[in-house]
Amino acid sequence: MSTQLDILKGNHLMVLKTLEVMGALHGYGIARRIEQVSGDTILLNQGTIYASLVRLQQRGLIHSEWDASSNNRRAKFYSITRYGSRRLASSAQNWEQLSIVMGRFFAAQKEPQQ
Amino acid sequence: MNDSLRAFFSRLRAFFFKTSLDHDFGDELATHIELLTEENIQRGMTPEEARRAALVKLGGVEPAKQLHRDTRSLPFLDSLLQDLRYTFRTLRRDIGFTTFAILIVGLGIGASATVFSVVNTLLIRPLPFRDPTSLVWVANSPGALGLSGQTMQVGHFLDLREQNKSFSDMAAFFAFYGVGDNKLTGTGGEPERLTSVPVSQNFFSFLGVKPRLGRLFTADECKWNGPRVVLLSHGLWQRRFASDPNIVGKSLTLDDQPATVVGVLPASLDFAAIFAPGSRIDLFNPFPLTPETNRWGNTLAVVGRLKPGATAQSAQAEFTVLSKRITHDHPERNDIDASLTPLASHVSGRLRPALIVLACAVGVVMLIVCANLSNLLLARSASRQKEIAIRAALGAGKARLIRQMLTESVVLSCCGATLGLLFAFLGTRVLTHLTSVSIPLLSDVRMDFSVVGFTALIAILTGILFGLFPAFQVPSIKLHDTLKDSNRGSSQGHGHAWIRSALVVSEVALACVLVVGAGLLIRSFLRVLDLDLGFHPERAAALRVDPNSSFNTQEKRNAYFTQALHSALEIPGVEAAGLTDAVPLGHNRSWGVRGKGQVYKREEYPDGYVRIVSDGYFKAMGVPLRAGRDFTERDDMNSEKVIILNETLARFLFPGKDPIGQIVNADDPDRKVVGVVGDVHHLALEEKSGNEFYIPIRQTQDFGSVDLVVRTSLPNSELVPRLREALKPTNPTLATGTLRTMQQIVDKAASPRRFVVLLLAGFAAFALVLASLGIYAVISYSVSQRTQEIGIRMALGASAQKLQASILFQTLALAAIGILIGIASSWALARAISSLLFGVTATDPATFVGMLILLTAVAALAGYLPARRASRIDPMSALRAS
Repeated sequence: MSTQLDILKGNHLMVLKTLEVMGALHGYGIARRIEQVSGDTILLNQGTIYASLVRLQQRGLIHSEWDASSNNRRAKFYSITRYGSRRLASSAQNWEQLSIVMGRFFAAQKEPQQ
Repeated sequence: MNDSLRAFFSRLRAFFFKTSLDHDFGDELATHIELLTEENIQRGMTPEEARRAALVKLGGVEPAKQLHRDTRSLPFLDSLLQDLRYTFRTLRRDIGFTTFAILIVGLGIGASATVFSVVNTLLIRPLPFRDPTSLVWVANSPGALGLSGQTMQVGHFLDLREQNKSFSDMAAFFAFYGVGDNKLTGTGGEPERLTSVPVSQNFFSFLGVKPRLGRLFTADECKWNGPRVVLLSHGLWQRRFASDPNIVGKSLTLDDQPATVVGVLPASLDFAAIFAPGSRIDLFNPFPLTPETNRWGNTLAVVGRLKPGATAQSAQAEFTVLSKRITHDHPERNDIDASLTPLASHVSGRLRPALIVLACAVGVVMLIVCANLSNLLLARSASRQKEIAIRAALGAGKARLIRQMLTESVVLSCCGATLGLLFAFLGTRVLTHLTSVSIPLLSDVRMDFSVVGFTALIAILTGILFGLFPAFQVPSIKLHDTLKDSNRGSSQGHGHAWIRSALVVSEVALACVLVVGAGLLIRSFLRVLDLDLGFHPERAAALRVDPNSSFNTQEKRNAYFTQALHSALEIPGVEAAGLTDAVPLGHNRSWGVRGKGQVYKREEYPDGYVRIVSDGYFKAMGVPLRAGRDFTERDDMNSEKVIILNETLARFLFPGKDPIGQIVNADDPDRKVVGVVGDVHHLALEEKSGNEFYIPIRQTQDFGSVDLVVRTSLPNSELVPRLREALKPTNPTLATGTLRTMQQIVDKAASPRRFVVLLLAGFAAFALVLASLGIYAVISYSVSQRTQEIGIRMALGASAQKLQASILFQTLALAAIGILIGIASSWALARAISSLLFGVTATDPATFVGMLILLTAVAALAGYLPARRASRIDPMSALRAS
């Protein structure tokens, strides 16, 4: 674990970050938020968001709870756990590093042959 | 790691809370759809449009639910559970098939597990001693048959123990103890003959055995004429002394003298099971390693413990050198050429080939079981084509269908295995109670975890093996045709029929191999029973009649012998009676023997098996007198020393001369040959006698025990009380519990062979039944598939006889191919069991012809029943039915 980069999958990271920023949120809210933040470049098949939520919950990164929503509808609210925050922080850092490295690779020009 | 473990448990939890979680997620999705719909309405859609768009955005409710289910739980386990439920439903529907399948798998696995538990005990599991792999059996000379060749002199033992560098220690027991050597009197209860083994002081500590009560022997007790002490075996302590916890320190009356109990050995020490299979050892007493016992000649059975790093081979090299030097340094002793074998292979090495044959046989039986079930499942899957087609049409993938079929076969085999374990449990119980079978460690055979694990492994392998063919038949089912019901009648695929025929052919071939193997062993067994043993065991019985301590001079003893013989002969029904120190197939010892004046090199000095007997012994035992005379009552210490030789020894010592009247040096004095008797198979049934000679019991004191042998027409139940009554006046404390008929002794010697033969014959019979069932199933299935065709043929004028003949021909053709393959493979494999054969060759024509006739007859019978059914088909109803 220590030698390998701790990087969560992109979609998991998006969900975690959303929950960190927005606090407790239901599945629909998370899907909407991701679409908004991505500027509608990521158009989710919204059913798949629940598979991500199950996986995150299985690993103890988030937890869920039934509650009443703003317009008094019963909904399941997800929130990030302390362990989730820790993993998010380290993962985000590594993502950034990776994207810088990848950027360098993509920026490289084809070297003239001798 | 932590994450995935946590995820696994979470999934496992979800597996068990399926319905509540489904419900929960249903609610969650409903909310999601409502929220999406509301948003769409706000964007200006109509409510129906909004809801439809919401569902599209979600990607459908059912796929979302399925994805959720698969992610949160263990989808594999889920569908496995489904398959299992479905399997139990279908199997319950077809109860006849299920019962039959479970029964034959049960029998097959029961046999496998039983044989495995025997193999496990004898060949795999270590001996029940401390660090058993380092134990080595040290024989006096390589390849020796008799006990004297297996054992060494006390002096040799002491020298080897002191001088060798390979062993950390060596221990020994006195190998010439006699069964029933000790008479226990007093302590409430009938006088009883017990068997005790004298052991060296370190024997038990050497093996790592700790006494259950009391202590082991002290150095003082192992001195010559030391205090008389005994250690009790656990069995005797329980049986005779009711597990008395205060037994230690008490005094017993053994052979009319007191002996103190110093300890009780643990139940885990089964000396007899390892060193003297098929007998019972009751006591142990100390054996002094002194000049006195050294004079007794080769007496010690020796075990050594290798130092770490040493091997039996490296130790052998050292012992060969040591033996040469010791032999050279001690011309006064017997020769020694120590021969080392790991103790485990000494104990069960002789049985290894037989056990391997049994294990292979049981493997063949399992293969036949698999072929048979494969066949049945194929027939079943043919009749289930429609059901399978419907499942496929409803979206079941090929992999899923194959898995379903395999699940069914594995479930069948696991149910069979459960039954098999029960059979094996009974089987091992029967084996451990076969007290008269002289196979080492047999009483230690038991079901343990390794047997259960083996059974589970076999069950799953079997299930997969017999399910494989039927399962891979599934994808070839033509969906369209099957559903339209257009492929009925005789249009069943050719490939299918081909596989089924091939399975039957292989069943017949495998059965062939087993029948030939069993046939060869049965014929060997019969040959062994037919052997002229050199004596007539039927109607002869032996009883221990050792003179008790009041007969303390040779004169008194001789008088006792004469009186005992006379009283025995006075019993009506007793035809002959004689005394011996060793009945055949029991103990043996050998002495050097030569004609007077003959000179031999030391290493070529002849020896012969010695027996101390009285007049009448040869007649009682049925040993024929070839020349000269029997001993008489007058051959005692005051008359001329005489000896009787067997034919082999007479020929060897006096080739081309009349042996009668020659002088022989055996024990110290010159002895005149007065008679020649026939050779006796006394080492083992299959072994020739070698040199034998007989010395009259009244002319020597060199015997450890006395058996009275009588030839009688009386049944045992009458003989024992009459003998007791007749001998009472001369020997009031005679223990008569140990009467053995010579037939029992011969049977015991034949018991390992009988054991193997019985098991193998059982397997062959089972294989034969399975093969015939396989043939029957295939032929009768093909008849039922061809009902319509047969109807048409009969309507067109084919006669019933012709039909019967054609079906029988089909059967016999299948059987013939199987038998041909079977003969070829048996021919090749029979050589592997040649070491187990006696008096027949591995290619014994009678066995092969017998097998041919047997299998053809069985096949014909299996084909005849469906053929007769076919010939009785009514053409009208056959045509109408389809």
